Amino acid sequence: MDIAQNILLTIMTAATPLLIAAIGELVVERSGVLNLGVEGMMVIGAVCGFAATILSGSPWIGMLAAIAAGAVASLLFGVLTLSLAANQVATGLSLTLLGLGLSGMIGESFVGSAGIKLASLDIPVLSDIPLIGRLVFGQDPIFYISLILTGGVAWFLFRTRAGLTLRAIGDNHASAHALGINVLKIRYLAVMFGGACAGLAGAHLSLVYTPQWVENMTAGRGWIALALVVFASWRPWRVLGGAYLFGAVSIGQLHAQALGFGIPSQFLSALPYVATIVVLVIISRDRRLTLMNTPASLGQPFVPDR
Amino acid sequence: MRIELQKRPTPSALYAVLSPFIALGLTLIAGAIMFTILGKNPLDALYSFFIEPLTEVWSIHELTVKAAPLILIAVGLSVCYRSNNWNIGAEGQFIVGGILGSLVPILLPGFQNWLTLPLMLVLGMAGGAAWGAIPAFLKTRFNTNEILVSLMLVYTAQLFLDWLARGVLRDPNGNNFPGSIRFPSAAQLPEIMPSQGSAHYGILLAIIAAVIIWFMLRFTLNGFQVRVLGANPRAGRFAGFSQTRMTFFAFLLSGGLAGLAGIAEVSGAIGQLRETISPGYGFTAIIVAFLGRLSPLGAIAAGFMLALTYLGGEAAQMTLGVSDKVGRVFQGLLLFFVLGCDTLINYQVRLVLRKAAPAAGGQG
Repeated sequence: MDIAQNILLTIMTAATPLLIAAIGELVVERSGVLNLGVEGMMVIGAVCGFAATILSGSPWIGMLAAIAAGAVASLLFGVLTLSLAANQVATGLSLTLLGLGLSGMIGESFVGSAGIKLASLDIPVLSDIPLIGRLVFGQDPIFYISLILTGGVAWFLFRTRAGLTLRAIGDNHASAHALGINVLKIRYLAVMFGGACAGLAGAHLSLVYTPQWVENMTAGRGWIALALVVFASWRPWRVLGGAYLFGAVSIGQLHAQALGFGIPSQFLSALPYVATIVVLVIISRDRRLTLMNTPASLGQPFVPDR
Repeated sequence: MRIELQKRPTPSALYAVLSPFIALGLTLIAGAIMFTILGKNPLDALYSFFIEPLTEVWSIHELTVKAAPLILIAVGLSVCYRSNNWNIGAEGQFIVGGILGSLVPILLPGFQNWLTLPLMLVLGMAGGAAWGAIPAFLKTRFNTNEILVSLMLVYTAQLFLDWLARGVLRDPNGNNFPGSIRFPSAAQLPEIMPSQGSAHYGILLAIIAAVIIWFMLRFTLNGFQVRVLGANPRAGRFAGFSQTRMTFFAFLLSGGLAGLAGIAEVSGAIGQLRETISPGYGFTAIIVAFLGRLSPLGAIAAGFMLALTYLGGEAAQMTLGVSDKVGRVFQGLLLFFVLGCDTLINYQVRLVLRKAAPAAGGQG
C-alpha cells in the first residue's frame, strides 16, 4: 500500500508547478489579458530561485526571489501590453523567448551545482499514518501553498466584490471603464499576480521537484499550464483536477519508461504533449460552450479614452 | 507616472519606417547596459558582437547560412500573422520538413541524379505543410487554440526526430553515434562559392520565396484576402472570403516554407539528419517576422539582422568570454522593443509624470 501512496505523492509533486502556474494565468485571463509568457516567467523563477538559494543558503529566500523575479518579468509584459497596447500574443511570446535566453545566461555558472531542497513537512506521528499520512501531512511547503492558492482564487473570483470587478473587466472592459473602474490598474495587478505564481511554479521545479538547475528545465510546462486554463474553462477547481490528471500522465509515462514495454522512450515522453492536444480538442469542440466560458475581452488591448 | 496613449487619426507613415530602427537602437543601449553589468567594456563588446562578424569573408558566408532558414520561415509567418492565424510551431514544421526530405537520400542511397535534390525539397515542403495542417484542421474543425496545438507539436516533432536519428534512420556504420549516413553530393544543396565559404543556395531560395510572397500579398486577390481577413474579419466575411480557407492557406504556406527551410538546412548546412537540426530557428523567425513589420521583403533585412545575433553570440563567447546565451537575450529584447515601438505608429505616446487633475474625471 505504500507504493500507492508513493505514486500519488509523485503525481501531486509533478502536478504542483502546473497547478500554480495555471491558477496564476487563470486570474490574468479572467481580467481579459492573455499572457503567453508563462513558460518564460516560470523558467526565470526557476533560475532565480535556484541562484538565490545557493547564494543565501536558504531555499525559503530562493522561493521569495523566484516569486519576485516572476512578478518583475510579468511587469515587462504589463508595460508593453497594458500601457503601450501592444499585441498580447506577440508580447507574451517575446517574454518566453527572453526568459529562456536570460535564464540560460544567469544559470550558466550554476549548472551542475548541488541545490538545496525545500524540506518537506514532517509532523511526527501524523505523517506516519498509513495510506494518507504523508499525502496529507508530509509534503513540500509549495504543495500546501498551491492548495491555498486554488481555494483563495476560487473564493476571490466568485465570492468577493473585487473578484466580480475583475471578471467584469475581463468580459467587457469598455463597460467597466464607463462605470469608473480603473481597468489598467486592475489588469496590472492581475498580470503581476500571474507572474508571481509562474515564478513560484518555477521555484517548485528547481527547489523541490529536481533541486538543481538545468537549462530549459521547464520543458514546456508553462505552455501546458496555459492549456490547462482552457481545459478548465477558466474555473479554479477544474484547474486542480486538470493539473493532477496531467501529473498522472507524466508520472505514468515515466513509470512506463522504467518498465520498458518495448515502446521507445521518446514516444512516451511525447505523451503529455499529445495528451494536451487531445484534451484541447475535446474541450473546445463545443463552440457555443467555449464562447460562453471564455472571458469576452480576452486578448484585446484596451486604451482608455479621456 | 503613467503612459497615456492618444490614437492617431491615421497611422504614422514616418514611424512605420522608423520604429524598427528605434527598436534596434534601444536594444543596443540595453545590450550596452547588460555588458557593463557583466563587467565588459560595452563598446568593445558591441563591436565584437555586431561588427566583427561582418569583417571577414567566411563569416559573411556563415551569416547567409543562418539567415536563409530565418527568412524562409519568417516570410510564411508574416502571411500567417497578417491573416490573424497564430502559428508558433514553425520549429516543429521545420523539423518534420527536414525529416521527410532526408528520407530520399537515406532510404534510396542509390537514387542520385538531377532529380534527387528537387524531390527532397518538395518532400520537405510537403512535410512542413502537413505538420502545419494539423493545427489548421483542429482550429477550423474543432475550434481548438492553434497557438497551443502548434507549440505542442514542436515538442512532439523534436522527440520524433530524436527517435529516428538514434533508431531506425541511424547510420548502421556509425559506431552507434546518433545521426544518419552523410548525404551523397547529389543530395546536398550546393555551396555558392565553395572556395570562399559555406554559403549555400538556401539563401537564394529564401530571397526568391520572399519576393514571390511579397508579390502575392501585394497584387493578387489571395493577398488581398489575407490583409482584409487579418485587419477586419467581419468585413472579410461580408465580402464572402472564407475564414476556414484562409486558416488552411496560412498554415500550409507557413508550414511548407518552414519545411523547405528544414530540408535546406539539413541538406545544405549539415549534410546528414541529426538528432537536433535547429538552434531554435523556428522561434527566432517569429522575431524576424515582427522586426520585418510582417512584410516578406522586410523579413529579408530582419533575417540578416537576427542571423547576426547568432554569429555575434558565438563571437562574443570566443573574444569576450561571455555566454553565447547573450545572443538569445538580444533576440528577446529586440522583439520586446519592436513591439513597444510599433505603438508609436498608431498612437501618440505621452509620459504623464503627475496624476491627472481630479476634474479630468474617468480615472478615479
